Amino acid sequence: MTKQQANWSPYDNNGGTCVAIAGADYCVIAADTRMSSGYNILTRDYSKIIQLADKSVMASSGFQADVRALQKVLASRHLLYQHQHNKQMSCPAMAQLLSNTLYYKRFFPYYAFNVLGGLDNEAPKVLVLHSSHPFWTTNSSLQALSCYLRRMQVTPLSEAEAIDLVKTCFASATERDIYTGDKLEIVVLNASGLRSDYMELRKD
Amino acid sequence: MFRNQYDTDVTTWSPAGRLFQVEYAMEAVKQGSAAIGLRSKSHVVLACVNKTSSELSSHQKKIFKVDDHIGVAIAGLTADGRVLSRYMRNECINYFYTYESQLPVGRLVVQLADKAQVCTQRSWKRPYGVGLLVGGLDESGAHLYYNCPSGNYFEYQAFAIGSRSQAAKTYLERKFESFVDSSRENLIKDALFALRETLQGEKLTSSVCTIAVVGIGEAFHILDQETVQELINEFEIAGEEAPVAEPAAPDQAGVAEPAAPDQAGGAEPAAAADDDNQAAPGDQGAAPMDM
Repeated sequence: MTKQQANWSPYDNNGGTCVAIAGADYCVIAADTRMSSGYNILTRDYSKIIQLADKSVMASSGFQADVRALQKVLASRHLLYQHQHNKQMSCPAMAQLLSNTLYYKRFFPYYAFNVLGGLDNEAPKVLVLHSSHPFWTTNSSLQALSCYLRRMQVTPLSEAEAIDLVKTCFASATERDIYTGDKLEIVVLNASGLRSDYMELRKD
Repeated sequence: MFRNQYDTDVTTWSPAGRLFQVEYAMEAVKQGSAAIGLRSKSHVVLACVNKTSSELSSHQKKIFKVDDHIGVAIAGLTADGRVLSRYMRNECINYFYTYESQLPVGRLVVQLADKAQVCTQRSWKRPYGVGLLVGGLDESGAHLYYNCPSGNYFEYQAFAIGSRSQAAKTYLERKFESFVDSSRENLIKDALFALRETLQGEKLTSSVCTIAVVGIGEAFHILDQETVQELINEFEIAGEEAPVAEPAAPDQAGVAEPAAPDQAGGAEPAAAADDDNQAAPGDQGAAPMDM
């Protein structure tokens, strides 16, 4: 008697790659804008990046419905925090909130792989789950990009160099990973605020 | 006379058909320090008097931001007001979570009113002892509502609650027809004037009052002290004497204002600031909560 298997899954993987890099005085968060399902592309223009607070930006790959739900929950909690504390949440606080929110659904998880980047007391940080990293990537191109980004650890990069590195990484990942491509959205967070940039990627 | 017999709990009617506990709650609102609200087509201004229990303490917070598009000024039991503000904030956040759009002001005040009504029909509860002036913006424009402890709510062009609010109401009754098309600056000016009326001769400075604004393209926020003081100086209304000289203001205040087509009628009769006893909503006779 074999164990009964579910004939339906509540989850789907919409693919995509997210990267975040923290430099000396900046933080770069990037993600492609392709949303897939299986061998199909659902749309070429879906943003995986959201600004949760003044100094916190999150990019998430995985099941986008869960990602969206997670984003909404965090946004609502942030509003509540602002009413109670009269100020914006700091990046470490947001990271803790993200961690707690994810654990809350430990036994029916949010199928979302997140990188949270931001400035913490003016020092940039990239936070993934419960550890702090100078860089991180999620989902599709995880392995491929990590080795490129390891370069960061050896030679500290300037903001422009980091953006360049990110663009190169994505161009390269797009070549081999079917779930990555279409367009790259880059968000840069530094002392002067937040700015967005886009770069076209291969559409195949 | 017979009031004392039927006022023990909120679920007891008096022979005249009144709920005295609810009326007592409204009395608590009248004891609180004044709060004023006015609205134009595009903006709502809330203003309140800050009363400190002693020079050493900070003043009570009476104006709360509920959401980017809604704010509330309270008079009465400020603790009740704080709790209700928290409720309103939650409702706005939940509505936005579900519908990804702003909670219309009219919906929020109905929910608030229903919440207040519950407390008038449970023997183990007491009515909220706070009156709320809810000012906000939604698709149908700018709105100002007054929520009563009785569970009633009304929409207003301008209103004042709390102690010595009658003086402010008298001023507002004279000027309210001009508010609809008023500019933001004039609306704030009128709020400050109305506020000054409630001070009965005390000097109006930014440390005595709090002003908040919400409007089209302008999220609800409380103006900081310097801005308020600048506005007061600009309008030169920090008069020490009884507010009789108000009609003279148009000359001095001409500095930063547009030509006054928004001054009702232009030629203000002088010194009508004392109690007018015009058609003030009949407090005598009818049970107050029925208004």
